[in-house]
Formats: sequence, structure tokens, C-alpha cells
Amino acid sequence: MAELTDLSLLEAAGALRAGAISSTELTRACLDRIEAIDGDVSAFLTVTEDLAMAQAEAADQQLRTRSDTPRPFVLGIPIAIKDVLCVEGVPTTCGSKILEGFRPPYTATSVTRLVEAGAVILGMANTDEFAMGSSTENSGYGVSHNPWNLARVPGGSSGGSAAAVAARMCFAALGTDTGGSVRQPAAFCGVSGLKTSYGRVSRYGLIAYGSSLDTVGGMARNVADLAPIFSLMAGHDPLDSTSVADAVPEIHLNGADLSKLRIGVPKEYFIEGLQPEVETAVRAAIEAFREMGAAVREISLPHTDLALPVYYIIAPAEASANLARYDGVRYGPRLGPGLYPEDYFVTRGELFGAEVKRRIMLGTYALSAGYYDAYYGQAQKVRTLIKGDFEAAFQEVDLIACPVTPTTAFGIGAHGDDPLSMYLEDVFTLPANLAGIPGLSFPVGFDSEGLPIGMQFMAPHLGEAQLFSAAHAYQAATSWHTGWPEL
Amino acid sequence: MTRFEPVIGLEVHAELLTQSKMFCGCAVVDPTFAEPNSSVCEICTGMPGTLPVINQRAVEFALRVALALNCSIAETSVFARKNYFYPDLPKGFQISQYDLPLATNGWIEIQDASGAPSTKRVRIRRVHLEEDTGKLLHHEQHSLVDYNRSGVPLLEIVSEPDLLSVYQARQYSLALRSLLRYLEVNSGDLQKGVLRFEANVSVRPTGSEELGTRTEIKNLNSFRALSRAVEYEIDRQTALLRSGKPVVQNTVGWDEGRQVTVPQRSKEEAHDYRYLPEPDLPPLHVEAAWVDRVRAALPELPAAKRSRFMTEYGLSAYAAGVLTADRPVADYYEAAVESAVESENETLPLKIANWLSSDLFGLLNEADIEIDQSNVTSEALVRLVSMVENGRISAASGKTVLEVLFKEGGSPESIVEERGLAQLEDQASIRPIVDQVLSDNPDQLAEYLAGKAALSEWFLGQIMRATQGKADPAAARAELDAALLDLDEIQSSR
Amino acid sequence: MALTIEEVRAIARLARLQLTAEEEERFASQLSDVLDYAARLREVDTSEIPPTASVLPMSAPLRPDEVRPCLPREQLLASAPDSEGGLFRVPRVLELEP
Repeated sequence: MAELTDLSLLEAAGALRAGAISSTELTRACLDRIEAIDGDVSAFLTVTEDLAMAQAEAADQQLRTRSDTPRPFVLGIPIAIKDVLCVEGVPTTCGSKILEGFRPPYTATSVTRLVEAGAVILGMANTDEFAMGSSTENSGYGVSHNPWNLARVPGGSSGGSAAAVAARMCFAALGTDTGGSVRQPAAFCGVSGLKTSYGRVSRYGLIAYGSSLDTVGGMARNVADLAPIFSLMAGHDPLDSTSVADAVPEIHLNGADLSKLRIGVPKEYFIEGLQPEVETAVRAAIEAFREMGAAVREISLPHTDLALPVYYIIAPAEASANLARYDGVRYGPRLGPGLYPEDYFVTRGELFGAEVKRRIMLGTYALSAGYYDAYYGQAQKVRTLIKGDFEAAFQEVDLIACPVTPTTAFGIGAHGDDPLSMYLEDVFTLPANLAGIPGLSFPVGFDSEGLPIGMQFMAPHLGEAQLFSAAHAYQAATSWHTGWPEL
Repeated sequence: MTRFEPVIGLEVHAELLTQSKMFCGCAVVDPTFAEPNSSVCEICTGMPGTLPVINQRAVEFALRVALALNCSIAETSVFARKNYFYPDLPKGFQISQYDLPLATNGWIEIQDASGAPSTKRVRIRRVHLEEDTGKLLHHEQHSLVDYNRSGVPLLEIVSEPDLLSVYQARQYSLALRSLLRYLEVNSGDLQKGVLRFEANVSVRPTGSEELGTRTEIKNLNSFRALSRAVEYEIDRQTALLRSGKPVVQNTVGWDEGRQVTVPQRSKEEAHDYRYLPEPDLPPLHVEAAWVDRVRAALPELPAAKRSRFMTEYGLSAYAAGVLTADRPVADYYEAAVESAVESENETLPLKIANWLSSDLFGLLNEADIEIDQSNVTSEALVRLVSMVENGRISAASGKTVLEVLFKEGGSPESIVEERGLAQLEDQASIRPIVDQVLSDNPDQLAEYLAGKAALSEWFLGQIMRATQGKADPAAARAELDAALLDLDEIQSSR
Repeated sequence: MALTIEEVRAIARLARLQLTAEEEERFASQLSDVLDYAARLREVDTSEIPPTASVLPMSAPLRPDEVRPCLPREQLLASAPDSEGGLFRVPRVLELEP
């Protein structure tokens, strides 16, 4: 057998069920690999070794006990959690100094559902501070590196999660996606990443950034590995008022009839600035679907170019309110001269990083007296138009195919101190968040420097099942997802 | 000299008597007894990643109030974030309702002037739901924060500026308190801070249609503070206008110690609350069927009860007002009248009302208890009043019996029996006492016989005293007059 | 549109952020760039368009009014920077309640 960490999630699950390996061995192998290579990658902010080994032993106990009911695929499988999802008793920081030392007394519903099914938590993965960023350079605890090229960013904000999966330190990782934060790092790191429909997975315990856009998602080495993660996390949660009551569909990976699939290719996503190798790879993948029987046609999402400005008003506005609670009163450090309200200013001024402060300022401005209608109010109306584009398109097609990112992973520091140019990295991923629809990013090639290229499928709200079957059919016929970086 | 009139609008914040908080399952606790931070969780202390879920009963209570205030209920209302920083506000925003409140455009009737039988309709602008904040305890060098109150459901009731005197402002706030208690959504216990007022006050030349510049008085926690603060502000603004100075729009606080309003911040420094729709809560839809159910279950409200008491029981507007201000009192009164239904005496409901509102209320106030905690059952009160009415005991004895009942409970008849309080009605038993009094006071008798007729009143007093009030005054008077006449005749015949 | 330093200071004050002089300068220019970019939103005719506050076509779920266990106080205070006698301790608050 190859290295344990080279197995896919489903292969490892099979070996566990067959009794060929134990969760303790599997978990130990992951911890050893983290120990060996995470010094270079910096995917993890916290490694929960004791918790992981205890959970692995409990899983082994369960695996040894006879059971008539089918065991969850994640039973005994080591995974990583993006450090914005609360895990009881484990430092949860959002990559921010303002939450240093915070150990939540509760666990996010999405995590609880995986843990209850027997998943093993290896630790908390690095993120841009409060999930604000596209490179993981904005973390208050250091930059993560792309396992394919350590001088490149892993993307963000779930960069730690994507890097950990790509570097085979874990079998899957949870991420969150507010404007592309699962799909973009998945594309940069050559893994498969799912952004769920808004309302599909509970946000309880997900530390909020942009509440009307935030979603929990997952990353794994291939689409099939993602399916059990999704199936477990999804479903109604009474603790989240925006959690939908709809039944979670069964995911059928095999036997998809692609001849009935209608794929739309939005012309607005193939624009100037799109790296030619990315366009070539994405068009080739779309061609492969046509060859497999899908009907492909060009469509138009006319308000696409407005998604970026809408997002960068709405998300910061919500963030400015969501991040008001970090005041050094109930949790986190408090700085300042010991005076009110000076301590508020110093604590927040010193402990938030530059990008967070920028977005709080932007959001505060967009909501302030005299500017609300021009900015926030108008952005909400244009959001309606963007959502309408998708609703119209999905009358004609089942899935929308497009690039995830304009380029492959850029160099660490490449965007310097130019936030607007960094924001432009998100143009292809933001619209799905504004519309609340699901998206799946999966590898479709490499550029000349050997960096992964991703393609994205978007589906109607709650249409995850369709994403899975189409992307799995592609992975069954291709091998872009099977390689991994040498580390 | 120009005359000025005040224009007042009130914002009332009422905590709702739900079991659990507005957005989480923590118990709503009595602040007088609860240990600090003993009823809090990750949600009501705004820990990261937590989310609100609306308490169904809080909405139902709000609907009760809104319907009782004749409001239109919004089919869809929206919760919003009101952003400001303060240590007692754990999320850095308060979840409230802003441009789409639960209910709008209602009214309530109040008495418009002291002693006047006429009523006035005060328009209600809006009724909306929000969450309460925590509480700060201030020390010399630091402050301490208790979040027990954080997240308690709060109803905000905003009137139009329809109140034209301190008296009306007071009547309005009393009427609202009474209504909230009738609806069993608020205890009305102002000392515990469950009902709080803010007043918008302006003055204008009498007859003018335009509103003057207003000030907002915050944090008024008693009816007394409300009246005093509004009165102070009216006087202050009137004096300014008289001397030709403008009123500056600002927010003021009421300094209880100095009995003055103190400026807090001007319009320029006003908070910019940066409201936005609460993304964690979809819009609140209230189905018509739910509204109908709540409406059908509303109890008879104070105003309706008051007019019914006037027509049905012949009570004065004042007495009906007193007996309907509190639902337990009104219920008690009606139970009493109900048990007196067999009586032939048509004025009994009126007499019961008098005994209740003067004598029993006095005892309740003295003991500082509510009517439903009293030993005096409504039935016992009726039997007591009946005994006085049919002359079995005197009014004075009746008061004694009531006091005993109040202290010890029991039946009024046995108290009368045990204490020998039954009235001396027959002349045979009164005559010896009259004779005794006359023979015990020879000097006064001599003066009387010499022509000082006014002394007959004095003798009557002595007789009542000698019988400990048990003598029927009319019978005693008749016996005394007869005895004095006899003596007069004896003297004349000499 | 360019944000002035004064505007940046006013926003920072609303947001309770202490900024250095250098940050004020930098944010003034960076936020201006983003707002310029966002200005294209104003060119869209939205007079007939309702705002989207939530993508979900649902109404708020209502929870039964039931008491659930709350958090033990030690756990609540465990992450607090300062506490005293079961309460959160903060510098003396002078400003009156907003």
C-alpha cells in the first residue's frame, strides 16, 4: 500500500471498514505529515493532536463494534476545520489577533454533524482575517503557502484548508465561502471545492463576515470525497433562522445521463484579463462535456460586471455590524489606557488588520446617514438584478460553466497594497454568493508553470446534486484531480 | 402676552412577560433576585458565530398589544440592526424594527382633563419588537456589566405628538400600563424597570398648528419622574421662547436628585445608527388567521369595561375608572357584584364599589399587597356590606369587621357574633343606656334643660360611645329625644 | 470621488477604530478608489427594482417560548479580559446610555 495520506477519503473509508487500517494509524499519519511539512506550508493555526487521537480511538472502537446500520463514510476520517468555525474548547481565532485566546463554549452545527458521524478533527486551518481576502495573506498569524509552489498564495480566504487538502495533510477540510473563499483557493490548489446554497448548511457557529452571503463548504481531493461531507453537513438547523427546511437530496455520483444536461457558458466570464491558459483549459473541459453528450450553449448574465461593486458594498456593510462585537469586553484581549471609550478605539485599531479595518470603514460609510440610499440601498437593488440574471439563465440551462479565477495562483505579495486589484480576483465567484446559488470548483488543467487551473459549475438554488453528478462524470473521465504536489 | 401650549409624544418601552428571551432560550429572570450573569448564553452575550431565532410568544404578545391599541398589523415586518457601541450591548447592535414595524396607526382613549367625563383619542404611530440591553453597575473607577437583561423581549410603543398637557401624558402612560397588565404581557412593575418612558416635548404658541423644536427626555422610570421631567421641560422651553431665545433640538436626561433636565447631546452629535436589515432573520410574516385568533382571544379592555361598569352598575366615571384600572380589581369587583345578585337592594353594586375603593384599597395600600393576595374574599365583602346595608351592624362596626377579615380571614358573620358587634336596634335595649348617660352627666343635663339645645348632639355622641358604635343611630336619636322630652315635661310641670 | 482625511476620521470614529496618521492617508485613497469603482452602481436604473436583503423566499421561523439551559457563568467569563464577582469589568463608563 502507498502512504496512508495518499489515499482519497473514500479509499481510506473503505480501508477502515475493511479493517485494513485503523483511524488511529490514519490520524497519526496525518499528524506526522503535518509535523513534517506544515512548517513550509503553514496551513494550520492550531493542531488539535490530543482531541484528534481521542476521536480516532473512539472511531476505532465504533469500527470494531458490529453494526447493522451503514457506517458514515467520515467515521474515523481526519479532517481540518477553517478557523472561522467554532469548535468547543479549541482556540477559534478567525485569523485575527482580536480573538486571540478565545475558546468558544459551543461548536458550529456543521462541525458537530461531522463529529457526531465520527470525523476526526486535526486542527484549525489558516484563513484571511475574518475571511476577508483572496490569498490568506491577511491572516494575523502568518501567510499560508501554495503546496504547488511555495512562493505562490494558496488563495483565500480558506487558503489553509485548500493547502492542507492539496498537501495531503488531511482528507477533507471545511471552508467558508462569502465571495469565493472556497472555490478560489480550491482552484489555486488543484482540489475540489463546494460552495453550498445559501441556507443549505447551518451558519450556526460560523463566525460571521457577510451574513447574507456566508456559506459553509468543503474541500477534498475529488468530487466524490466531497459528497459525504456535504450530505452530513446539509439540512435544517433550528439554531439558524436562514436554514432551509428542504430535504437534502441524495447524491448519486454514478450513472449521470449527460445527454440530458444543458450547460450554459456565460460570455461575460470570458473577458480581457483572463489568463489565456485558464481560458484554454476551461474551454477544453466544456468541450469534454459536449463530447460526453451535454448540450452546450452560450448564455448571457448581463449584470455580471456589477457583481463586484455590489459585493464590496454589501459584504463590508454587513461586516461593519458583525464585527462591532469585538470590543474587548466579553472575550479577546483589551488594549488601551484603561479608559472608556478610548479602550474601544485602541483595541479595535491595534488588533484588527488593515484589510479588516478597510472593510469596516467601507461598510460604515456605506450605511451612514446620507449615503445609505446611494450605496447600500442601491447595491441591494442591483443585487436583485444579478439574482434575476441567474433565474433567467436557469430557465434555459441546468448548469453554468465558467472559470473560477482570472489567473492561476499569484505570487505572495503580488497585489502589494492595492486592495482594488485584489478584489478583482473575485469577479467570477462573487455572483453565486449574491444570488445564493451553489458552485463547485474542480481542476481542469495546469498552466505552463505547473499551477492548477479550476473550472466552476453553478447550479440553481439547492441544486447541489446536479453539480456533483456532472463534475464526478468529468473526474471519472479525466485525471487532472489525481496528481499532487511534491513536498 | 403670548400663551404657549406643550405638545408631547411618548415612547414607551415594555418588557414582555415571556418565559424565555427574544432570540434565545435563556430564562427571563427577575432582576431583584437573580445572580448577575446567571441567565445568559452565547447568543444573548453576542459570542461570535451565534444567531438569533425569534420567540413566537413575544410576537404573540406584541400582537395582543397592537390589536388592543387598534393598530394595523403588517403582514410582513422586518427586523433591523441598530448599530452603536456600548458595553451593555453585546453585539454592538440591537436587533429592532425600523422602517417596517410590526404594527402602525393605532389609538387609545384617555381622560383628557382632570375630573372631566370626556375622553381623548391619542394616536399610536407604531408598535415594534426589539431586544433589551444588559445593565451597567457603576463604581468609582470601573463599571461592571450584567447581561441577564440582555435579549429580554422589549415592545416599543410610540405615540403621535397628541398629548397637550402633563396630565394627558400621565393619563396616557397610566392607560398603557393598565392595558399591558390587562393583556398579561407586562407586570407594570416600574420599580423593576419593566416599563420605561421617553418623552418628546415641544411648546408652541397656543392655536398654532406647527410643532416647535423638540427635546427628547430619556430614561424616565416612574410616573412621577415622567410628570416632573415633562413639566420642567415645558417650563424651561416656555421661558426660553418668552425671552426670545430658540429651543435647541437635543436629547436630555432627567436628574432625579436635582429635579432638572440635563442636556446629553445635540442634534449634531446625534448617533448615526446605520440601520440595516438584519440578515440573520428573514422577514416576519404574520398570517391573517393568527391575527384573528389573537384578536378573538383579547380580554375586555379597560375602556370598554369602564363604560360597562358605568351603565351596568351605575358607577360614576371616576369610580368606574378606579375599579377598571387593574384587571384583578375589576375581576374582584365583578365577582362581588355577581354574588350579590340575589339582593333586592339595587344600590348594592354602588355600595360595594365604595367599600372596595375606599376601605379595602386603604388596607391593601397599607400592607402593600395586591387584591388577589388579600384574605378578604369578594363574597365576604358582599356579606359584610349587606349587613351594614340592612342595619345589622353599623358602618363603624363594618370597618372593624373588614379590618379583622383582612388580618385573619374568616366569615364576617362570625366576627360580628364573636365580637358582639350586632347593632342595638330595639328601643328596649337602648333606653337604659340613654338613661345611664343622662344620669351620669347631671351638669350637662342641667344646662340642656336651661335651654342649651345643642347639647343633645353631645349626648348622642356619648350614647354611641357607650355602645361602642353598635347602636343604630336613628334608634338612639329617637330614644334620646323621647327621654329629653320626658325630662323637659317633668321640669315644666313643676 | 475622493474621501477627505476628515471624512475618514469621522468614519473611523463611528466604527471605533483608532487609526495612525499614515493609515488615515492610505485609507482615504484606497477607500476612494473602491467608492469610485462602486459609483457605476448609480448609473443603473433601479427605480422599479425591489432590494434583495435575503436570497431566501422564506419567512422567519418562530421558536416556541421554552427555557433552555443557559451557559454556566465560569464558561461565559472564561474568555473575558477582566471580570469581578461574576460580572464583566470595564473601565468606568462616563458617557450616558446612547
